[in-house]
Amino acid sequence: MSKARSSLPRSAAAHAILIAYTLLALYPVFLVIINSMKSRRAIFNDPLALPTPQTFDLVGFRTVLEQGNFLLYFQNSLIVTLASLFFVLLFGAMAAFALAEYRFRGNLLMGLYLALGIMIPIRLGTVGILEMMVAGGLVNTRTSLVLVYTAQGLPLAVFILSEFMRQVSDDLKNAGRIDGLSEYRIFFTIALPLVRPAMATVAVFTMIPIWNDLWFPLILAPSEATKTLTLGSQIFLGQYVTNWNAVLAALTLAILPVVVLYLIFSRQLIRGITSGAVK
Amino acid sequence: MPKSDKSPSDRQAIGRRPIRWHIAVFLAPAVLIYTAIMIIPLFGTLNLSLFTRADDGSRTFVGLANFATLFGDPRWSQSFWNAAWNNLWFFIIHMLVQNPIGIALAAILSSPRLRFATFYRTAIFLPAILSFVIVGFVWKLILSPLWGVAPTFLDAVGMGEWFAPWLGLERSALTTLALISVWQFVGIPMMLIYAALLSIPDEVLEAAEMDGVTGAAQFWKIKLPLILPTIGIISILTFVGNFNAFDLIYVTQGALAGPNYSTDILGSFLFRTFFGFQLQLGDPHMGATVATVMFFIILAGVSVYLFLIQTRLRRYQF
Repeated sequence: MSKARSSLPRSAAAHAILIAYTLLALYPVFLVIINSMKSRRAIFNDPLALPTPQTFDLVGFRTVLEQGNFLLYFQNSLIVTLASLFFVLLFGAMAAFALAEYRFRGNLLMGLYLALGIMIPIRLGTVGILEMMVAGGLVNTRTSLVLVYTAQGLPLAVFILSEFMRQVSDDLKNAGRIDGLSEYRIFFTIALPLVRPAMATVAVFTMIPIWNDLWFPLILAPSEATKTLTLGSQIFLGQYVTNWNAVLAALTLAILPVVVLYLIFSRQLIRGITSGAVK
Repeated sequence: MPKSDKSPSDRQAIGRRPIRWHIAVFLAPAVLIYTAIMIIPLFGTLNLSLFTRADDGSRTFVGLANFATLFGDPRWSQSFWNAAWNNLWFFIIHMLVQNPIGIALAAILSSPRLRFATFYRTAIFLPAILSFVIVGFVWKLILSPLWGVAPTFLDAVGMGEWFAPWLGLERSALTTLALISVWQFVGIPMMLIYAALLSIPDEVLEAAEMDGVTGAAQFWKIKLPLILPTIGIISILTFVGNFNAFDLIYVTQGALAGPNYSTDILGSFLFRTFFGFQLQLGDPHMGATVATVMFFIILAGVSVYLFLIQTRLRRYQF
């Protein structure tokens, strides 16, 4: 490697900038987490200090767990996210396979039709969606959310997965056909296992916006029994806005599962972005 | 066969070869759900904007009267243009702050043999996975004059007198929110540009070095032109995301987008129009009208990108 591309002062400057930005990205989150474990007095007297044995206090967490229905909200979020994810991945992969594998008239048009949804946000159809859900008696059900999120996730899933489906070797599929496998068996036993890495990428891309969405839970399913974690914490935070212990604890509880999942899957996510899936 | 079966070939193929039902079966679930939940409601919404509710509760066709109200009635048009200009400012901040920072971070990250690169990109991307509820509240707490974290920090660097309750002041609230959103999403342009920079072949960079083009000059003259298509994609993603944003405003400032509507953007304006707030009743027809205008704004932006920008960008194949 040439000197020009890796001299010492340059690399020190690079690290300085990156460390500064990393601090900027992480510190606000860190600050909330450490303060959630302090007494009210300590939160205000010395917000930047780590909790010490004298200032350690979990009163905020107790309030959250007693007052909020967080377990139920968490369960709702989990059910909605996993069900939507399942349908997006299954139906998306099926459609992607059809578009990538078969030549039929209207193939290109169908691909463009499905890709439309990548650019036009589904939110703009909210008025129509709500009318439809009211007519179908689906308001305040998790089903309505699953339907909306499945429709929202499909365009990008089909788009990315069909790129990968094209790379599945034709020889393999034809060998299956000669052995008498049906097209369905070829999809499930040959194509699907081979695009598993791409499926993981699509899963992460699909999951994050669904888990974090506030708009559709607020409009389609605001009842206590169907609140998602995002909506539930928004309402809780609004009500307890003056109880700083409770607010900080609720935020910490909302942050931790997401961050843990992210740390586990970040490699997958980053590889997905950098593998050119989005190019 | 479902009526939305999208294989006209089947009709045509009759007589030549058996109908390939499996194509329809593979396509049907995705196409049906997508059409029923996304496309039909979207056009239903566009259609609703042409109607209004009569006094007896029935629907009457009014043509473009709702649009005339939105743009002509001073009360409506004032709120609409306020939201539209605020939204444009929100977008400009993202383009001027988020994307250049993202590009700069990606350029630094992609320098060869940088240690801890994985750690940095994981950390810098982290805020992008948090929900707006978390991000909004975290920053609301930090910027709160009650808590005093922000003033303490500014004092530490000798800028204590610069502190103001930015989220509560009409002239700074919108910019502050835009910067919070930038803080959250800077990881996305960073990662996309990073990927584009990594895909530039070493031979190109080595050839540049042979010609004595290194460092900053190399970035401006060699790398930047090569990643322009990615910058184009990021710009249009930013545009669509910003003109559709709602959550951050709702979480930090409420449906009223205070102070005094200074942070109202099209998404929050749509929400208020559709659902109503306090004394004003919600109006699905005016809501649909606002959504239709947003649809055309986004469509215009996407078309400008697809037909004017994308076709003129030069792409290099390696």
